[in-house]
Amino acid sequence: MLQRLMRLLAMLAACAALAACSHKVQWRTDNIDGLMPTLDFHMTDDSGKAVTAQTYRGKIVLLYFGYTNCPDVCPTTLAKLAQALKNTKNHGADIQVLFVTVDPKRDSVSRMHTYVRAFGPWFVGLVGTPDELRDLTKRYRVTYSYGKPDKDGNYEVTHSSAVFVFDGSGRSRLIMVPHDAADAITADLDQLAAQSGS
Amino acid sequence: MARLAALIVSALFASSVWAAGITVSGAWIRHLPAGVPAGGYFTLYNQSKDAIALVGARSPDYTMVMLHKTVEEGGTSRMLAVDRIEVPAGGAVTFHPGGYHLMLMHAKHEIKLGSRIPVTLVFSGGAKVTAQFEVRGPTAR
Repeated sequence: MLQRLMRLLAMLAACAALAACSHKVQWRTDNIDGLMPTLDFHMTDDSGKAVTAQTYRGKIVLLYFGYTNCPDVCPTTLAKLAQALKNTKNHGADIQVLFVTVDPKRDSVSRMHTYVRAFGPWFVGLVGTPDELRDLTKRYRVTYSYGKPDKDGNYEVTHSSAVFVFDGSGRSRLIMVPHDAADAITADLDQLAAQSGS
Repeated sequence: MARLAALIVSALFASSVWAAGITVSGAWIRHLPAGVPAGGYFTLYNQSKDAIALVGARSPDYTMVMLHKTVEEGGTSRMLAVDRIEVPAGGAVTFHPGGYHLMLMHAKHEIKLGSRIPVTLVFSGGAKVTAQFEVRGPTAR
């Protein structure tokens, strides 16, 4: 009798553990919940308006650093994000991608505007003064550096390849890297939106 | 006119002789707005009996075309100019987003989506292969 009761209890415990597991969120990109500082910046958006992190509170924010004279990795990342956002349950209605130029010398507000709009409605280009850019990149330990200009004045820029994801309260949640697939990004953004209750 | 035609035929003949066994497939360009450089992608097959080395590229539609490679290192992306890419006999090399790519700079005229742009790949020894690259939009993958 006691043996049967014990077995029943063990079974119940196993079920409870299983139920708990099924509620635990599994992230497919890197979970950095609260490990990086809350989103905070002052910059100019691609319509020429002064914006801060507060401007985007209430939305899931994807923060990516790059430059427009970047023929491969920047557009490849933005194209992947566009596909991932389009495939989310709300088609990205609650998501904003902030593409911050690390090359403000060449990337004017109007060039950023033309550039980011080509990728879809979720993209906003941000241009900062040297101080504003330094503040934001230091905050997320993002590095960038400029190569030597060639005879035509063209130069290359080395920049961080990660996409930082913040929830609607500006809390750091995820980091996405170049090898993360679009469907993994879609799945994680859907989970994040579900947690935010949107 | 006839002389010009003869010249073209001989040029085609010469290039087919020189570039026997070298083929290009899946060639496309990601066109971007605001006059910024475009990325070019393709797969190059070397079905010849000899190793070949890709040393350059050019297009009548762009002022400059460069061979580049994106390198991911310690969380940063970097673009490297590449002088030479060896392709062994029977081998292939793929230019793809996030890896080897052509950087096509300063289009000489408006580039239309869906059009085809000729790009000539140049090999050590002077052999050349021209392929038509399909122009796709920014979000092409």
